[in-house]
Amino acid sequence: MTKSQALRILIADDSDSDRLILKTLMRRLGHQVRAAANGSEAVAIFPDYEPDIVLLDVLMPVMDGITAARKIKALAGEELVPVIFLTSLTDADALARCLDAGGDDFLTKPYNKVVIQAKLGAFSRMRQMHQTLSQQRDLIGERNRQLLEEQQLAKRVFDNIAHTGCLDADNLQYHASPMSIFNGDILFACPTPAGGMQVLIGDFTGHGLPAAIGALPVAEIFYSMTSMGFSGSDVLREINDKLCRILPTGMFCCAAMIQADFHLNQLRVWNGGLPDGVLFRQDGGRDLLLSRHLPLGVVKASRFDAGMDVFHTRAGDTLLMMTDGVLEAENAAAERYGETRLRQALDNAPDHKAPIGTLLESIRSFTGEQSGRDDLTMVSLNMVVASEFREVAERLPQSALKGPAAWHCVYEVKDDTIAGSSPLPLLLHICMEVPGLRRKSAEVYTLLSELYTNALEHGVLGLSSDLKSSADGFSDYYVRREQRLDRVEGHFIRFELTHSTSPQGGRLVIVCEDSGQGFDHDRVLAPGATGALASHADNQQGKYSGRGLQLIQKLGHSLRYSEYGSRAEIVYDWESATG
Amino acid sequence: MNDKPHLDEEALTELQDVMEDEFDVLIGTYLKDSSDRISFLRNAIGTADADAFARTAHSFKGSSINIGAPRLGELCLKAEKAGKDNRLDEAAVVVDAIESEFQQVEQTLKRFLA
Repeated sequence: MTKSQALRILIADDSDSDRLILKTLMRRLGHQVRAAANGSEAVAIFPDYEPDIVLLDVLMPVMDGITAARKIKALAGEELVPVIFLTSLTDADALARCLDAGGDDFLTKPYNKVVIQAKLGAFSRMRQMHQTLSQQRDLIGERNRQLLEEQQLAKRVFDNIAHTGCLDADNLQYHASPMSIFNGDILFACPTPAGGMQVLIGDFTGHGLPAAIGALPVAEIFYSMTSMGFSGSDVLREINDKLCRILPTGMFCCAAMIQADFHLNQLRVWNGGLPDGVLFRQDGGRDLLLSRHLPLGVVKASRFDAGMDVFHTRAGDTLLMMTDGVLEAENAAAERYGETRLRQALDNAPDHKAPIGTLLESIRSFTGEQSGRDDLTMVSLNMVVASEFREVAERLPQSALKGPAAWHCVYEVKDDTIAGSSPLPLLLHICMEVPGLRRKSAEVYTLLSELYTNALEHGVLGLSSDLKSSADGFSDYYVRREQRLDRVEGHFIRFELTHSTSPQGGRLVIVCEDSGQGFDHDRVLAPGATGALASHADNQQGKYSGRGLQLIQKLGHSLRYSEYGSRAEIVYDWESATG
Repeated sequence: MNDKPHLDEEALTELQDVMEDEFDVLIGTYLKDSSDRISFLRNAIGTADADAFARTAHSFKGSSINIGAPRLGELCLKAEKAGKDNRLDEAAVVVDAIESEFQQVEQTLKRFLA
């Protein structure tokens, strides 16, 4: 016999001789023993003695074994203290009553040393197992509590970085479950300095914190670059590059970028792995926004295509994008909502300006789930008249630092760089360093971008904006634009910015020169002119362009062209906010 | 009727082995408890307390089996049943048999003492 672990044993038996036998037997086996003559005594001894195992005679005076067993089990609480009944009982009913009272086993008389030793060993192992289990349960409970606490903390940090931006804008509608961040879903919206907005909707592979972590750099990049005036393509490239570098293989982000320009009445959309988006036209027509790209974080920068599809829109057109959760919503029979039901729901939608309510209703009646415990993320964006979209730049926080007030700088982009990147974010950034000018970011951006667009498209590329006067020409214009961007060798666009202060605010002088042949600026700037910017072609009624220069004229205090239109100078006087 | 031996020598030897020095104490305790119990059984018949009779018979049975006196244990079981069934006439007869068997066991057990 292997020497088993010494146990503390409590015995209750009213028969002196039986008690003596058992006590001696247990001591010989190496255990500690306390003996009681009835159940009541045993219950009294139990709390202080804290025995590992209790042996109880069934029939005893004062308090019988069954009552004592109940009381002892109650005192032991969660802890497992095996109770073994000592008995010469043979009838099944009586034995069953003992087990009902919480008894774990029987020892029958006459006692047998081998049997007793084996049973004590078995119960000792059971008790240890129970203890291990309880400890591990407590440990798991504690870990789980920590995890929840950490998740709460993570969510707070996340909500600060990956805030919802301008999702509350009047022209946006969205649905996202409150803890969607831990589903790996993202939905951000941010006004652009030019008075438009960019929206990013996406879905990371995986669940829980790992899926949420990737969303942090995405939010950071999206908000900072968008508010600096970077285009959707630029933001996508940066996010893709970042995710490629930080995410493990097999983890990526299906996403769609929406860039809305309310001045140009134009939507640019990039869909990488999300379900088809839908553009509802005011006239009842419908365009599908197909996924043409791999998700973000899959291909390296050199092979990444950030080209966005361009759609010409009218105020009242509505765009809808969603994540996979919509198609994958399951009902009780494990059927998926799927594309067919989605299409039917959208076909029957009463109001195409508010498709999300219709869709939610349809999905919920399909799944039978009314609570917010879904995995759905969707957003719809209404195209609005530019003047109706009150952008948020005016509310931007002012830096506490004093910035440069009187300065002059020249920035020139040449050759391939003209095609590859826009100088606007950098130039805007420089201007925004001027204390007080940040509030005017939309105006400054508009000035810079109109000068830049004219210099690039009409100057360097020599495109005629007449093309843009019809919807077909509109896309043709962009095709030619792409083609000619490949042939910009030897060209340049040069910005010269000068800022000085005045008692009321400041003066920003912007000079933009390009290497193109110039264009007929006089006609465009003539009073009442609605004509397109045209360098060679006849001036026709233009609908889609030519507004830029007039806008500039309105904003800037003076606009002067020279060198046949290849040099433009704006003097922009601004006043700092009072009070 | 009752073919169990008066004493289970094997069980007694094992008890001796387990109890070592305390074996004598054990036998002494058992003998004293048992004669007390016989008096208690007779009293219970006198007061017609069938319940007390049955419980004492039950305890007596257990300790007799444990000490290695199976025939006495068997008689106690008969007494316990008679008590439970409230057959006190029959119980009185069984107590006589118990007393005579106990005397025999006592004689034999004393031989085991050193």
